[in-house]
Amino acid sequence: MLLSETTTTGFFQLVPWIVFFPAIGLLINTFMPLVMKALKREWGEPAVAITGVTASGLALVVSVLQFISLRAAHGHEQVVGVADWLNIGSFNIPWEFRVDTLSVTMMLVVSGVGTLIHLYSVGYMHYDVRYKGDPKSYARFFVYLNLFIAMMMILVSGNSYLMLFVGWEGVGLCSFLLIGFWYTKNPDATDGTKNSYAAKKAFIANRVGDFGFLMAMFITFWHFGTLSFSEIFPEVAHYSGPDGLIWWIAGFMLLGVTGKSAQIPLYVWLPDAMAGPTPVSALIHAATMVTAGVYLVARSAPVFNAVEGVHVLVALVGAATALFAATIAVGQYDIKKVLAYSTVSQLGFMVAAVGMGAYVAGMFHLVTHAFFKALLFLASGSVILAVERGHHPLEETGDAKHTGHDSHHDDHDAHHEVFDPQDMRNMGGLRKRIPWTFWTYMAGTLALAGIFPFAGFWSKDEILLDASHFEGTALVYIFLVIAAIFTAFYMGRQVWMVFFGEPRHHAAEEAKESPWTVLVPLVVLAVLSVLGGFMNWPFKEGLEPHAFGHWLDYTFAVSTGHEGHFPEFDFGVAIQSTILAVAAIIGSWLLYGRKPLKAGQTDPLAKALGPIFKGMNAKWWVDELYQAVILTPYEKLAKFLSQTIDWNFWHDWFHEKGIRDNFQRLARFLADPVDLGFIDRISHWLAQGAQGSGGWLSKLQTGYVRNYALAVFTGVVAILGYLILLR
Amino acid sequence: MVPIDYYVALSAVLFTIGALGVLTRRNAIIIFMSIELMLNAGNLLFVAFARMYEALSGQIFVFFVMTVAAAEVAVGLALIVAVFRTKNTINIDEASTLKG
Repeated sequence: MLLSETTTTGFFQLVPWIVFFPAIGLLINTFMPLVMKALKREWGEPAVAITGVTASGLALVVSVLQFISLRAAHGHEQVVGVADWLNIGSFNIPWEFRVDTLSVTMMLVVSGVGTLIHLYSVGYMHYDVRYKGDPKSYARFFVYLNLFIAMMMILVSGNSYLMLFVGWEGVGLCSFLLIGFWYTKNPDATDGTKNSYAAKKAFIANRVGDFGFLMAMFITFWHFGTLSFSEIFPEVAHYSGPDGLIWWIAGFMLLGVTGKSAQIPLYVWLPDAMAGPTPVSALIHAATMVTAGVYLVARSAPVFNAVEGVHVLVALVGAATALFAATIAVGQYDIKKVLAYSTVSQLGFMVAAVGMGAYVAGMFHLVTHAFFKALLFLASGSVILAVERGHHPLEETGDAKHTGHDSHHDDHDAHHEVFDPQDMRNMGGLRKRIPWTFWTYMAGTLALAGIFPFAGFWSKDEILLDASHFEGTALVYIFLVIAAIFTAFYMGRQVWMVFFGEPRHHAAEEAKESPWTVLVPLVVLAVLSVLGGFMNWPFKEGLEPHAFGHWLDYTFAVSTGHEGHFPEFDFGVAIQSTILAVAAIIGSWLLYGRKPLKAGQTDPLAKALGPIFKGMNAKWWVDELYQAVILTPYEKLAKFLSQTIDWNFWHDWFHEKGIRDNFQRLARFLADPVDLGFIDRISHWLAQGAQGSGGWLSKLQTGYVRNYALAVFTGVVAILGYLILLR
Repeated sequence: MVPIDYYVALSAVLFTIGALGVLTRRNAIIIFMSIELMLNAGNLLFVAFARMYEALSGQIFVFFVMTVAAAEVAVGLALIVAVFRTKNTINIDEASTLKG
């Protein structure tokens, strides 16, 4: 084997520990509270936090070691086997880790951002569990978070579609568990914020996508007889089979992507997923899990390259999602909802990029987006926490020792008016009150808006550049440019509304900065958001040109069979998009910054746009549309099936009338005429006959010996008479 | 020599008397005697035919019958004594408690 000479060197044998470390962490945090309880001690928050963060941090260390080893091995992919998993006849799926530049990139993003978010959660969840009045959930949160890291690692490192699918479903489970983390809270809400409802919605929307992924796997296995990447990819290039088969594989895979990566038409679960705690939104629903679809397309690059037409489809889905979600984000008031739709939109950018075959650009945007969107979510969590803290002034004294005290506050607050700490209309003027959060938020905003020289500028520019060369359709480029304008606009709107102007609520006035465990990840991510773009420096001078692209090309060149070409930096595209972004920010300043919103004032955009803004605010009624087109008919169908078919037809008619009644009739017939009338009568006859004859015959038993003797004599005479006379 | 017919006739008479005695009498002793009478009627026939055919086996059989009869009398008398001890009578109609 070509690779065997390098497998012996480096740290590749350590790669299973990227899964084992988080798994050990979650097992410790699951069972230690029980063990300590048995020992009459407490497995307190510090222990939980140290275990959780360490488990994730060690996974990061292992990922970095993989990176170093892979660099030393010049990017030659490594396959590290751990165990035989499935072995059914010729169907053989070993548990193998695939270490190549693509998977290591994902590992670094997942464990790097993941560890920062673990660290952030230490502080954030400390307060969150107390605001929710359930401090016991602290350990549960870290268990889920570790489980997520383990599953995500399985997803990105698997060497077959089935291992990828294990991780794919595993992260889906974690997403479900964490969206519904406060599943007992907010039980009266009827809208999509109801936590368990949101969790179910995410799970079910993902099931639809998973159906596509499964179909893609079935077809792959049916045709190729294997699910292993190393075996499929070389064969795809010179494929000779039924026409359109690969197209169906890619098409079904696209359905899976739309589920996991929240693209049209399955994106609706992601905005509702913000019901989960904010670190979850940052880690799972912005930085890592939702990019799994992008990773899947990038990983399956040979499959997507092998067919015509599918590129245009994927790119159009991505671009349309990017534009559509960006328009919705403009009309939202919930600070996290804006970011959620922004995430959908940015995922659209990535999907469009990998759809166009610009895998490097897509992955590049994936990485930078992981930095700045995680940053934005975490910072928004810090904002929410600050406002929440302003709303609960007594809370400041509440540290770990006063847990009993806090639940008391919660009862007390139940009498207050309903206050939404995530509503941007309740904020304003937070710039001076929470400066650290503000400055990090600004870094994330500028990165997302694509302002030079922040990370988002480089990656988004690369996607736009590829889109401008895309031969499939010009719509992709147009959609993405307009989406980029909207992106800059809604981020500007958000920043003006949240941080500038005067506070519109006493909670915003009283807002206090978050603790250092919350702020350190923000600062680290802010630095990454500023500098992250330089890793794929597009110029020949200065830094190493296209370092990230060449790094990933070790994988893509092998899997797609041709070297990637890296387009020259196009000042036309870059300047155009920068000018448009700056113009959009200025536009948002004109509306929201120049004359800040007063408390109770309607959104100035609502006046300017009227019904269009209403549509943006109502998410273009897509949820209602799905409700009307899919859910209501589906519920009606379910009701019809359950009530009419199952209950009325099967139960009432078929089972009760058909089977039960006829059976009763048959049983009655067998019981009454047959059993009682015939069989019983026979035995009665027998019994009565025996009784009667017995009674009659017993009279013969007179007890007088001479009678018996007479009988004997008579018999003897009769027999002798017969013998003598008649024979 | 007396013809065989006479023996047969006498035997038949004796047997009939014995049988009627068994069937009609209630005294256990008398019944016993009647049984002996019937046995001896049989013995008479054995001897008579043995003489007629000049075969010894018939006469030997009579000895066996007499032996069995003697044993029977011994058992029978013992039974009668036992019945008498419990019932103070040997009327066999009194010994009818096993009737149905």
